[in-house]
Amino acid sequence: MQCEDVARILPEAVDHGAAVEISVQRHIDTCLRCQAELARYRKMLRGLQLLRTRYLEPAPGLLAQTLAAIEVAGEREARRAILNGRRLAYAGALGGAAVAAGAAATVVIVHRSRRRAVPVAG
Amino acid sequence: MSTSELPQARSALEPLVDAAREGDRPAFDELVRRTYVETYTLALRLTAHEEDARDVVQEAYLRAWRGIGSFRGDAQFTTWLYRITANTAYTTVKRRRRHRAEPLDAMLVEPAEAHLEAQPEESAQQSALLDRLSAALEQLPPKLRVLVVLKDVYGMSHEEIAEELGISVSAAKVRLHRGRKKLRDLLHDDVGPGEGRTGGLEHAV
Repeated sequence: MQCEDVARILPEAVDHGAAVEISVQRHIDTCLRCQAELARYRKMLRGLQLLRTRYLEPAPGLLAQTLAAIEVAGEREARRAILNGRRLAYAGALGGAAVAAGAAATVVIVHRSRRRAVPVAG
Repeated sequence: MSTSELPQARSALEPLVDAAREGDRPAFDELVRRTYVETYTLALRLTAHEEDARDVVQEAYLRAWRGIGSFRGDAQFTTWLYRITANTAYTTVKRRRRHRAEPLDAMLVEPAEAHLEAQPEESAQQSALLDRLSAALEQLPPKLRVLVVLKDVYGMSHEEIAEELGISVSAAKVRLHRGRKKLRDLLHDDVGPGEGRTGGLEHAV
């Protein structure tokens, strides 16, 4: 096992609970250079974890812009919902009218056909 | 842009989340107010581009508003929001790579001075390290930076990251490995062993 071999796997091996070969562990236990490199990785990971709570302030205006964008999107969606509702209502009214017209036509046709079928008396 | 503590406590988000799930817009607006600095921080760390980060924040909250009705609440609201932000930022980064041909310098966020206002509990040495880390992160290729930020800064699992980015778990692991290696190379000797323990792997972080 060479230091170069260990260096290749250190980025993964530094993870808590990562499984490493015994030969790697033995090398690190006896190699000051690899121990130092491992310590650098650990320090880097600790620093990255600390960045989690280091907040970056946005330039002014982002909050207002974001709220306005949500407002606009909300209005657009509400309009779309209303339009969809109206379309449904129109479609329902048209459908109802068509059914009513069909029913009326059927009644007329049936009525006429009955009148034709009545035999002439005498 | 400057560093700061979280402006408002994260507590008491739950009632707002419940109200927002019922379609309460003012409640959702309040959630935005309480979380947008965190969301912006994540977006900026992922994109390393201020204008993109602002776009990502807006898009992420729009998606969150549209999707909050189906948010089941089995994860924290902020975790759910992070995942949306990560997904949105990744899409933005990919799109930017296709459509823009900016020099690297133009993609970098305002350096050093933005980070001077460190939190009081940070020692000067630690603050300097975090500044260098932030700057080095911005120099990582976007695909590697996303992995390092989500895994090592925000603590997401390989599986969660893979799901949000639409990549395999093994691809996520490979990119994280490359990202850490590249970051270590960028830092050169900035991260000396310092106060870190120099023991074997059994003492790993």
